[in-house]
Amino acid sequence: MIEVRDLRMRYGSVDVLRGVDFRVGRGEVVALLGPNGAGKTTTVEILEGFRMRSSGEVQVFGVDPARGDEAWRARLGVVLQSWRDHGRWKVRDILDHLARYYTPYRDPYDPDELMALVGLTEQAHTPLAKLSGGQRRRVDVAVGLVGRPELLFLDEPTVGFDPQARQEFHDLVRRLADLEDTAILLTTHDLDEAERLAGRILILLDGVIVADGTPAELAERVSGKTEVRYTLHGRRHVEHVEDGTAHVRDLFARHGDALADLEVRRTRLEDVYLSMVRDFESKQRTEAA
Amino acid sequence: MNPPTNPRAVALRAGLHRARLELRHALTSAQELWNLLFFPAVGMFAMFLFRGVEVPGAAFSLGTHAIPGILAMNMMFSGMMGLAITLTMDRQDGTLLRAKATPNGVIGYLTGRILSRGGLIVAGLLIPLVPAAFLFDGLEPARASTWLTLAWVLTLGLLALLSIGAILGSLFTDPQASGIVMVPLTALAAISGVFYPVSAFPGWVEQIAQAFPLYWLGLGMRSALLPDSLAAAEIGGSWRHLETAGMLGLWAAVGLLLAPRVLRRMARRESGTDLQARRKKAMQWS
Repeated sequence: MIEVRDLRMRYGSVDVLRGVDFRVGRGEVVALLGPNGAGKTTTVEILEGFRMRSSGEVQVFGVDPARGDEAWRARLGVVLQSWRDHGRWKVRDILDHLARYYTPYRDPYDPDELMALVGLTEQAHTPLAKLSGGQRRRVDVAVGLVGRPELLFLDEPTVGFDPQARQEFHDLVRRLADLEDTAILLTTHDLDEAERLAGRILILLDGVIVADGTPAELAERVSGKTEVRYTLHGRRHVEHVEDGTAHVRDLFARHGDALADLEVRRTRLEDVYLSMVRDFESKQRTEAA
Repeated sequence: MNPPTNPRAVALRAGLHRARLELRHALTSAQELWNLLFFPAVGMFAMFLFRGVEVPGAAFSLGTHAIPGILAMNMMFSGMMGLAITLTMDRQDGTLLRAKATPNGVIGYLTGRILSRGGLIVAGLLIPLVPAAFLFDGLEPARASTWLTLAWVLTLGLLALLSIGAILGSLFTDPQASGIVMVPLTALAAISGVFYPVSAFPGWVEQIAQAFPLYWLGLGMRSALLPDSLAAAEIGGSWRHLETAGMLGLWAAVGLLLAPRVLRRMARRESGTDLQARRKKAMQWS
């Protein structure tokens, strides 16, 4: 579905993407995970054909998105973050309207079936401007799905959601993933969300993919390590080591009773991800200064 | 594939569907109706007060004489500028991006916007005409020639105004920028013989006014709605239909030539990160 090789993007003198490589196969659900400013949206926009890249090779359905025609576009679903567009349109009207454009290419969803799928049947005749944030995002998803896409892009789908709306949205995405043979590429800055939804996680940091694997693989890659926290002469230390037992024995041998607040535990994926993000952000701050 | 269909034709048909819905939304919205009818209402009220004053050189009410021009001016403000502002706002709120994400969606989107705006212009002309016919003596809406003239003046006028509106709407970066254009347009309205016969102004003002479509649209509307004897108050003492058709046609041709290029450029450049930047900016203001 998607093949990206050595993708680079430069705005002025700033390198946003510095050689990104990844693939997404048929029916896969992949999360592109990274902090704000890591280049997630830029990557997705290049894949959607909305933005020109600086260099590298990109193929979606075997076609360069920069040269994708309307028949190519009909196979894609793009979930935009709506804000206030089409405020006067009723939910059913907009789905019925947008479905029409797909008819020469494929068999689009029936609006009623689609509203049932995303849970908006009761809002069929409500204008978009009168929907709640969560309902509105469901409309966005429904619009993305209307042409029964083979590949669906979800850019930061749950930003600004309360926990309950988030939970409901996650259920919806999982239902979509099971439902048809649709591949989904979603971007998020939330590891928890990526772990819940995606079969595979790509961590994008500072313009490169630093990790690529299933949540279990990524967890295993770090779980061999042990996190050791302690205070020594009033300073906090956090270390990730291969052999926790030996490291702690060594600490006692060297420092004895000066060692305080000792904690030893398995390293979790979350810890590793957050420390990578912290490093990235402090580097950004240094560059900005 | 069954039924066999050309994707662009399908998008055009979807655009018609879109225009119908948009027109229905607009005509049932208090805000849109206010925008559409506010100016003719105020203009007609003012002219009602002037109905006793006479056009220079003719025994005819100055108030009645101004009505066609006021309607023409409303076509420019609510029609041309209305389209320009809508296109600009549609970029700001993501309507255009949604159209781009749909196969041939931009074709349907523009068809819908332009046709619904055309429909609004016609509504903005016909709705005020009903009370005007009762309030002002001397308007002649009952002649066949009135509607014949109105038909061709309106057709050329719509093509010119909508294509210029589309060009302006593609060039503005945010809705506030349209305010800058409103200043010269108001000045243009003042010298285009809307309120007072342009032949009463100095020659160079006449020349400027005649370069722009508003003057010709107003002249065409006057020729449609006023008694033929009033032609005497115009430049050259004639309705100058040939020149009107020529000038409006010229503006329409230039507009139709440029608009598709400018619109294509606008649509090509649209992307989500730009949208986010504009949204952030708009939220700081609100």
